[in-house]
Amino acid sequence: MFDGITLGQYYQTDSPLHRLDPRVKLVGTMAYIIALFIVKGWVGYFLAFLFLATMIALSHVPLRFVVRGMKAILIILLITVAFNVFLTPGKVLWSFGVLKVTKEGLVFAARMAVRLIFLIIGSSVMTLTTTPNQLTDGLESLMGPLKKIHVPVHEISMMMSIALRFIPILMEETDKIMKAQMARGADFESKHLMQKIRSMVPLLVPLFISAFRRANDLAMAMEARCYHGGEGRTRMKPLIYKGRDIFGYGVVAAFFAACIVLRVVGL
Amino acid sequence: MAMVKTENLIHDYVIRDEEGNVSGKVRAVDGVNLEVKPGQFIAVLGHNGSGKSTLAKHLNALLFPTGGAVWIDGMKTDDPDQLWNIRQEAGMIFQNPDNQIIGQVVEEDVGFGPENMGVPTKEIWERVEEALKTVGMWEYRKKSPNRLSGGQKQRVSIAGVIAMHPKYIIMDEPTAMLDPGGRREVIRAARALNDVEKITIILITHNMEEAIYADHIFVMAKGKIALQGTPHQVFSRVDEMKALHLDVPVATMVAHKLREHGLNIPEGILTREELGEALGLES
Repeated sequence: MFDGITLGQYYQTDSPLHRLDPRVKLVGTMAYIIALFIVKGWVGYFLAFLFLATMIALSHVPLRFVVRGMKAILIILLITVAFNVFLTPGKVLWSFGVLKVTKEGLVFAARMAVRLIFLIIGSSVMTLTTTPNQLTDGLESLMGPLKKIHVPVHEISMMMSIALRFIPILMEETDKIMKAQMARGADFESKHLMQKIRSMVPLLVPLFISAFRRANDLAMAMEARCYHGGEGRTRMKPLIYKGRDIFGYGVVAAFFAACIVLRVVGL
Repeated sequence: MAMVKTENLIHDYVIRDEEGNVSGKVRAVDGVNLEVKPGQFIAVLGHNGSGKSTLAKHLNALLFPTGGAVWIDGMKTDDPDQLWNIRQEAGMIFQNPDNQIIGQVVEEDVGFGPENMGVPTKEIWERVEEALKTVGMWEYRKKSPNRLSGGQKQRVSIAGVIAMHPKYIIMDEPTAMLDPGGRREVIRAARALNDVEKITIILITHNMEEAIYADHIFVMAKGKIALQGTPHQVFSRVDEMKALHLDVPVATMVAHKLREHGLNIPEGILTREELGEALGLES
């Protein structure tokens, strides 16, 4: 049942965006999301669209993979749009009982929808072109200054990467336990909510026990291989900025500046 | 100097009740004396609960003696200053291949140990390449460990240990969770390390067929060393092994039964080939 799940939805290919330093992509995505809320006018949205389209083209990821991320938020998107369309006060265009469609509502809903869609696709492009590993490495490096205020940055990123490694293993295990319980007559198919929750108990208890056992084993294995925290540790794949990464930062900065200018000008 | 030496080693596990009060003790290892010389291939045999895994954890300073002492290459394991040196010299392979692989890519996992030791980046790559080639997993370096078979995962674990350039490797039942093909892969890798790289191996197992290649066998029962000697010496004592609820290799068993029925063949036969020779058969 878990066959279709690929973690972090990384799409393996070789592209300029794949080769980019993960830190540039993380900062770029953050800047893009903020920029989406800075721009107000249609010219701004067009610029955001242009930027996104260029990135998708540069990523060499087929469009259907990029758009696939939308499926998960389709319902949220529809609800947001519906609320905005019907509940924004303003000039009534059409009404049916208590439901009123206003001009302002339509404009506002369209703006919201565009923002949400761009936001999701924008972050999809990042996760599609960056391995989960590079992401945690990038985060560790970007959060580095927080070490000064005693945030355990290395530990957090180590936990993230271990979690990523164990998710498929635990999923396989869940599948095994489910089959074992089904063989003994457990019912996971029931539509009834209470039944469904109740059937989760015999699934979760063995899963948790096994996860703790694995954690214990793993901790021992890590200690046996001299793991003693981030202190004095070297890296096999250190993150080093190259020319293209500086250029990447430049592009992001230019886009961000353009968005601010457009907002100020009011386009 | 002995690579590994234990002197009257004792280990107690403390049992606690639900409130966390000590309610009892179990003596898992009880007065073990053993000595391993550099370059040896040692097998430790024993039934479940014989204390062999507890012993293994002492040999890498993962556990510390309740009584007695352990020396690894002249370093005493309960000396906190030597802890990381000991763990670097003593590699350890565990039973479950999934629970000892940390990296999400084969090469990253092999690099984990050297990273912890503070080896410079360039040398890490050299060590990873060398280690993966030694166990024959170089072609798989970019793969996710989740896509490998059990035997392959265990070979990656071995590579991860080799990359730390240890002087000896303790393998705690590395084949217990593998299929026969995977077992052969792992045992072949272990023997090659011992033959070619001259790394001392301590193989803990309850599979008798794996122990026949050892230079020296220690048989553990109830926390003590019950029997020891070369494979020929140990396995020729079939009745004593039976009394300890341990098997002997199939060929040894057949030879033993044939002797009981009056056939004139020597004791201490370990392999099918030896048995065939003793019976005068062409293989």
